This record gives sequence, structure tokens and C-alpha cells, in this order.
Amino acid sequence: MPEIIVDGRRLKCEEGETILDVCHRNGIKVPALCYHEAVEPWGGCRLCMIEISHPKWPGWKNWVTACLYPVQDGLVVGTNTSRVRRLRATVLDLLLARCPNSDVIRKLAVEYGVEETSYQPRDDGDNCILCGLCVRVCDEVIGASAIGTAYRGVIKEVSEPLREPPPDCIGCAACAYVCPTDVIKVLQTPTHRVIWDRTFEMHVCKECGKSHITTDQRDWLIRKNDLPEDYYDLCDDCKRKVVAATQKNLATF
Amino acid sequence: MRLKSIKDLEKRRKDAIKAKEKVRNTVLVCCGTGCLAGGSAAVAEEFRKKLSERGIDMDVELRVKTTGCHGFCERGPIVTFVPSGILYQKVKPKHVDEIIEKTIIGGDVIRKLVYRDPTDKKKYVEQYSEIPFYKHQTRIALRNIGQLDPASLDDYLARDGFKGLAKALSMKPGEIVDEVERSGLRGRGGGGFPTARKWRSAIEAVGGKKYIICNGDEGDPGAFMDRSIMEGDPFDVLEGMMIGAYAIGSDEGYIYVRQEYPLAVKHLRKAIDACREAGLLGENILGSGLNFDITIARGGGAFVCGESSALMMSVAGKVGEPRAKYIHSTERGLYDLPTVLNNVETWVDIPIIIEKGGDWLAQYGNEKSKGTKAFALVGRVNNTGLVEVPMGITLRELIFNIGGGIQKGRRFKGVQTGGPSGGCIPAELLDLPVDFDHLTEQGSMMGSGGMIVMDERTCMVDIARYFLNFLLEESCGKCVPCREGLKQLKILYDRIVEGFGTMEDLERIEWLSGDVQIGSLCALGKSAPNPVLSTIRFFRDEYEEHIHDKRCRTGVCKALTKLVIEDTCIGCGKCIPVCPTDAIAGELKKLHVLDREKCIVCGSCVEICPVDCIKPEPAKVAEEVPS
Repeated sequence: MPEIIVDGRRLKCEEGETILDVCHRNGIKVPALCYHEAVEPWGGCRLCMIEISHPKWPGWKNWVTACLYPVQDGLVVGTNTSRVRRLRATVLDLLLARCPNSDVIRKLAVEYGVEETSYQPRDDGDNCILCGLCVRVCDEVIGASAIGTAYRGVIKEVSEPLREPPPDCIGCAACAYVCPTDVIKVLQTPTHRVIWDRTFEMHVCKECGKSHITTDQRDWLIRKNDLPEDYYDLCDDCKRKVVAATQKNLATF
Repeated sequence: MRLKSIKDLEKRRKDAIKAKEKVRNTVLVCCGTGCLAGGSAAVAEEFRKKLSERGIDMDVELRVKTTGCHGFCERGPIVTFVPSGILYQKVKPKHVDEIIEKTIIGGDVIRKLVYRDPTDKKKYVEQYSEIPFYKHQTRIALRNIGQLDPASLDDYLARDGFKGLAKALSMKPGEIVDEVERSGLRGRGGGGFPTARKWRSAIEAVGGKKYIICNGDEGDPGAFMDRSIMEGDPFDVLEGMMIGAYAIGSDEGYIYVRQEYPLAVKHLRKAIDACREAGLLGENILGSGLNFDITIARGGGAFVCGESSALMMSVAGKVGEPRAKYIHSTERGLYDLPTVLNNVETWVDIPIIIEKGGDWLAQYGNEKSKGTKAFALVGRVNNTGLVEVPMGITLRELIFNIGGGIQKGRRFKGVQTGGPSGGCIPAELLDLPVDFDHLTEQGSMMGSGGMIVMDERTCMVDIARYFLNFLLEESCGKCVPCREGLKQLKILYDRIVEGFGTMEDLERIEWLSGDVQIGSLCALGKSAPNPVLSTIRFFRDEYEEHIHDKRCRTGVCKALTKLVIEDTCIGCGKCIPVCPTDAIAGELKKLHVLDREKCIVCGSCVEICPVDCIKPEPAKVAEEVPS
């Protein structure tokens, strides 16, 4: 089993895991904005940059993203060296110029000593940092691939196909859930949900009458996983109650 | 006819050589992209027409061949004659009659079509091999280009084509890699990674299926080495890939060609079809048991897709964005399977290494960089074009001996090597050996081999800004340092060229460049600050002039410049009609006057003035400019 040294601590690792996995498991804080355990690591935000060296190669030093770098026996990792802090400060400084109105970015930037951006702030943009989480979760987890990105470089943006309400969207709102800077807006009423300029009808729980899933998402999941038609008739809470009641009967028997 | 064995191949080669020897004279008309644009297709057509009108037997007496690029595009269309070795430049259809009459029948040389030395106009050079541009070159990767018809398998066979493959098939895969290792070959696409080491790790990689990829996405502005090879010698590329496939055990290959190269695609397609027909691609190649086929994948026009991981994404039909390469492509590449990706130029070096042995290639070059490298020599040199030289040759030899020096006898200022993300090398370092390591030491790089020569009229601040802007537009936008960092660098540069720059801005540029270099995900971002940092390092005084004195000594930065006509004006009147805003007035043989209110500092008059009397002056007084 490989071992690595993180900030002086010798840590045991599993073969094939990343440095960020090891840090998370051991409570070592490494900031990351484009990382989410539900999707494949991506390496876009560059905040989880760390410094690595190896006693086997004296003089060799490199800066890599913890979310993608696979552990290697004997690797020496610095998660908070002065060069690492400078890199993160620059990334946050640049992100603050991109999204001067984002509280999430501002708070993180202050942690790295950036109170105000040193660069020219954008005055016409939203808080999207192009971390790609929304697009990736829609593709990798949901499997709907309803949204994507358009253009490249500095004018790149998250977009629906042809900038029209996305026909493949099932209204699950996973994209809004993973967005680190809260850019994707969801409007929720008891009967409807509005997201990506589309209005979805909500499916109501037979038992308690609470709306718990969009009808599009229900149909999608039943079809995708080959589930019985009544699978989503009850909401999660009511399902749990039913299961609990069954078990109670079993116990008294 | 399908070739079933190496014996069949050798028989076909013999026939091809015999057919070639039968022809007494051959006219080679260059039909590379450069010469085609100059009208070479019409020249070839005219030759064929006129010869058949005269009843000359084109299979025996004289054959007209359209070839790939000779590399001397600036002088095109180029026509050469075998066996006499005469080269005619700038040939037009109207010259054809005269050429047939005087040169082909009469055996005389037509002087007006012969190359003249730009430094000594009286010196005529008749022979192809004696022209300084060609004389100082060592052509290995470019050995066949311009010498054969790219669509003809027989032409390729007659020039020793597929000898490397035939030999490779009799060797063990490991022996092939050993031979490549002995040659010292390093990747020609920019990184300079040892080719044999790459192959070896693909051989060791776990996984059944393996891929071979040829990177023909040559995106550097002004570079056209790979295009010329794919257009002019496509069989060579295929042969290299076949040998690679045999060595690593792959059965499927891709050639990724950029969108802008339709002729390369056409020629490669023809070559692939010819190989399939001859049994050189497909199943059981030459009876050896090797199965291998090649597909062409066309790019969509994004510069970043020349980066290997982005290229593989693009081949797989995904968005062309790079990924971190902590796990090498040789382990997990295309479709997550082991993949060997090499550049076009690397692939064409392979057949000759196998044919002649690794030691043969290693005799060229210097200690750490072996063999030769092709460069696209462009910019303000007299002879622009495609050149191939042994590694380790000095910049001076390249620019002055082959390139023929700077246009109009101006002073050399710097050379940008390695394309837009390379660095600028100043005049003091003209004796620097051109190889992977020496260029990197000076903050530049070999890159794919672009070489842009600049003279004293080039503003180094503006040139850095230009390359930065190119890379900003081509950044894929995946990672923050490249996407946002390059944008902010561009904003800082804009301030400097408009006269609002401060020394803090310059410091900020250096600081941010350092972080973009370390923090970016792929080589595009990591190398993007090279032109910035190298120009600051070698031309700092020009930056300071822009900031402190609000002056651009070359007159390129418009906001800082006004033009003045000095009294050396001879009153020739040439500048008056070229001025787009009618800002110049004056009578013939009298001093002309320039109206500063109307002048937009476009530089047209500076360019045309025969006595260089229009000079740039600072437009603003340093104190007047608000900080």
C-alpha cells in the first residue's frame, strides 16, 4: 500500500486514488471549486494546486492539481507552501475580477489575502466561473446531457443548445445543486418548477400531497431504470414511513 | 495489384524504377499550396498541352509531374528539370513555349527565369542545388518533397519507398524501438520527448487494443512544415505509422489533419487508397501477419486541438479540451486506451531510420538533439520558405546563409522561434545553436519549428501583445489561469501601447506571467507567457520607453506615434496616393507636408518612401499623459 507525506504527516493511501482523496479523508483542507465527489475530477479551477517532490528525484519539484494527481509511494506533498498560496491567490484574484459580485469567491479570496481584485473587473457578467460542474453532472450522473458549453476561451459560456429551452432537460435541478456560485436559478412553487426557461409540472405524493419530483424526471427514471410505474407515487418521507411500519409489524411478530 | 509478400514489393519497385529510367527528361512543376496559389496548375496544364501539340511522347521523351512543395514558396511557381537540375522561378503559362523551345529542345538556360542572389543582383544561379537556400540544407524529413508525384505509389517506390517497412517486418518489434532509440530521435511537434521512450511505455502498457495517431494539426501561424510533408510525401507518413504500428502492436491509426489543409487531406486519401489496393494497408500486410489501417480525422479549426490530449478528445467526437497528463497517453489515450501520438515530421523520420539505421540519423545534430529539423522561415528575411537543417546549426547560419539576410539590408532585431508560444531571441544571441535545450534555456522553445524573423521596424511590445492576443483567442477556456490570466495580461498590454502603462503594470505582467506558466493545465497556457517574458527580458528598454517616455521607437504603436516628413524628402510623390486619408500634400521635387490632424499613422507612406524620410516621433509629451 503506498504512503505519501502531506504537510509532514505520513499517510496511508489506496492504489489509484488521488491526493485530494487522501487529503479529504484525513481532514486536510484543500480548496476546490470545480470538484464534486459525484463526478470525475476535472482540473479546471486550479485551486487545489499543491506542491510535490520526491526523495527519489532530488531537486525535482512540481505544482499539480490534487484532484487529478494519482498517489505515488513516497511522494512529498505541500498543500500550503508560499508558492501554492501565491498561485491560489492569483487564481482567486482573477476569479474575483471575473465575478466581482460573488460572495463565495470574495470570501475565499479574503482567506488568501485578496481583499479587492488587482485586475480589471468585469462589469457585465454573472457569477459563473465556468467550473463545468453543471454540464458534467447533467452528462455523467443524470445522463440527460441537456446543457453544454458554447464558444471557447474568455467568451465561453454554459448554454442550452441553440440558446433555446433545452428539450432534453428533465428539470431535476442537479445542475443548480452542484453550482458552487449559485448561478443557476430555480423557481419552485407547489405545483411547478421553472429552470432553464422551462416550466415543469410537479408530481404529487399520494400520501402527503407534497410535490417531490417533476413528472419529466419521474418518467425518465422509470424508463431508464426499468422501474414499476407506481415507483414514485410516494415521496421519500412517506416511503420511509411505509417501510418503518412494515418492519414494526415484523418485529411484533 | 495486391502485393502479397516483400518479394512482390521489390518486383514492383524494380518495374517502377525501370519505367522511370525510360523517361529521358522530367519537368517537375511544384503544386504545393503556395505555388498553386501562384498559378502553377495552369503552368503544368500548359506544358502538357504544348508538348502534345508538338507530338512529344510524354512517356518517353519528357514527363511532366506535379509535385509537392519545394519550400521556396516566395519564388513560386517553381519548375525544375531532371536530370539537368535547372530551377526556374516565378514561371507563368506564357513562359512555357519559350521553355520548351530553348531549354528542353535547345538545352539553353533562360536567364530571366533563373534565381538571382538578392544581395548580389548580378549573380545568377542556374542549378537547384547551388541556390544558397537549398545548398545549406540537409533534407531528411523533406527528402522526397518536390521530387515525386505525391499521388503515385510507383514514384514513391522508385525513391526507396517502403524499404523501411520491408526491413522492419523482418525485425522484432523490440529491435525497431532499439533502432529508434539509437537514432536519438525526439518528438518534432514541440515537446522534444524521446520517441523510443514513448513507444516503449506504450508497449509495456496494459490493454489489448492500442492506437497510433499522427498529429497533423499544425496551428502555428506561418508554419507549414507538416502541411508540405502531408501534401508532398503522403506515403512516407503512412509508412512511418505502419512501422510504429508493428512496433507497438496496434491495428488502428488516425491522422488528424487541421481543417485548413484540404490538399493534404486529398493527397493522404489518395495514398491511403493506393496502399489499401496494394495490400500495404489492411489485413496481413505483405504476408507478415500485420493488420493495420488508417483513418483521417479532420479538425474543426481550433489551435488547442494540436495539444495531444485535446486532439484525442476531438477524434473521439468530444469538445476539444485538454486534460491533465499525469497519466500518460501511452497508458490512457484515445478512448482511454494506450495511444502513441507523434507529429508528422517525427513519423517521416521513422522509415529512413529503419532503412539506414539509427546511427545514420544520429550523425546529424549535436549531443542531445539528433538529426535534422524542418523550419518555416518567415518574416523579414530575403528567402522565406521551408528549410531543413541539422540540429545545432546557429541562428545566424539559418537566417543569413539560408535566409539570405534581412530584407532591404535592414538591421536584424530578433527572431521568434517555436510559434506564438515560443520566445523572442535577440541579435546578441545569433550564435545560439538551434536545438531543443538551448532554445528552452533562453526562454523560448523549438516548438513545431516556426521561425519569424523581425527587423528594426518591429516593436517588441506590440509583437508580444500580438502573440498574446492570438493565444487568448485560441485558449479553450477550461482552466482559470489561461482563460482569465491571458485576458488580464492583454488588458495590461493595451494600457502600455496606448500610453497609460506604469512600471507597476510591467511588474504585474511579470508576476501574473509566472503564475500562468505554473498554474495552467496544458502546454498552451504554460507556454503562453513565453513571448511576454522573453521580450521583457531581452528588450526591457523598449518597454520602459513606452512607459516612461510614451514613445514607440518603431512607430508601430499608433497611440504613441506621430509621423514627420524630414527634409531629406526628395518630393517623389509616391506617398501621396497611398495615404488613405489624404494627409500628405506636396508638389513634385518639393518637400512634402503631412497633416497630423488627418494622419492615422497607418504606415503606408513609411513603407513606400524610397529614401526613408518619414520618421516616427512621440505623439505625446510624457508629462501630459494622465497616470
